[in-house]
Amino acid sequence: MLVSILHRATGDGMAVVGTIVFVWWLAALAGGEATYAGFVDTFTVSDGSLNVLGYIIGIGMTWAFFQHLASGIRHLVMDTGAGFELKTNRAFAILTIVFSVLATIAFWAYLLAGK
Amino acid sequence: MGNGTPLGQVRGLGPAKEGTHHWWHQRLTAGGNLLLVLWFVISIVRLPAYDYATLTAWASSFWVAIPLALLVVSVFYHFRLGLQVCIEDYSHSPGRIAWIVLLNAFTIVAGAIALFSILSIAFSAGAAA
Repeated sequence: MLVSILHRATGDGMAVVGTIVFVWWLAALAGGEATYAGFVDTFTVSDGSLNVLGYIIGIGMTWAFFQHLASGIRHLVMDTGAGFELKTNRAFAILTIVFSVLATIAFWAYLLAGK
Repeated sequence: MGNGTPLGQVRGLGPAKEGTHHWWHQRLTAGGNLLLVLWFVISIVRLPAYDYATLTAWASSFWVAIPLALLVVSVFYHFRLGLQVCIEDYSHSPGRIAWIVLLNAFTIVAGAIALFSILSIAFSAGAAA
């Protein structure tokens, strides 16, 4: 049940917050160098690293994406009628959270330390 | 389906005569999103830097601008369907119509800005490699 709620929460969260930031990012890039600097300033401190808002939205959106992806695949599998046995279902549900947390850590480790 | 009996003509159609397209399109775009957003996330994390010059050079490539535009279409259609379900589940007053209209406006306006921006970056940078 938690994973089902997370699927909706992450989906709707990305649909609103993710869309606004994504469209803002694209429009800022299209607007030119000064406009893009305004976008970057909103999410970074003066040395160029992310500020609190940048980390919250950045990590929040990557985790939401990986969680929604994993639970979405779970839904596609369940659409075929498979995976409804209680133990299998529970294991698959827990696995979606394990995956989303690990993938988010891997993404940010590579972004911040891997280059 | 029956061969023309009154029951056979309506069986399986439901009161609205249709309805599975919403469910089905949600799944089709889910498949599109799976590929396109994974591509996007991996491409972004692999970029050497996130300054204006690097990003516009990246986004003006055919191999970025086209999947980026496809991503907008697939993802925006998918989230419009998903947010519609959310509105229908929680809003039971006549005001839900206003929410649905607002949702359509949000999706179309955001989609138009996104697609125009992608094309604008791609064409103004001039380099298509």
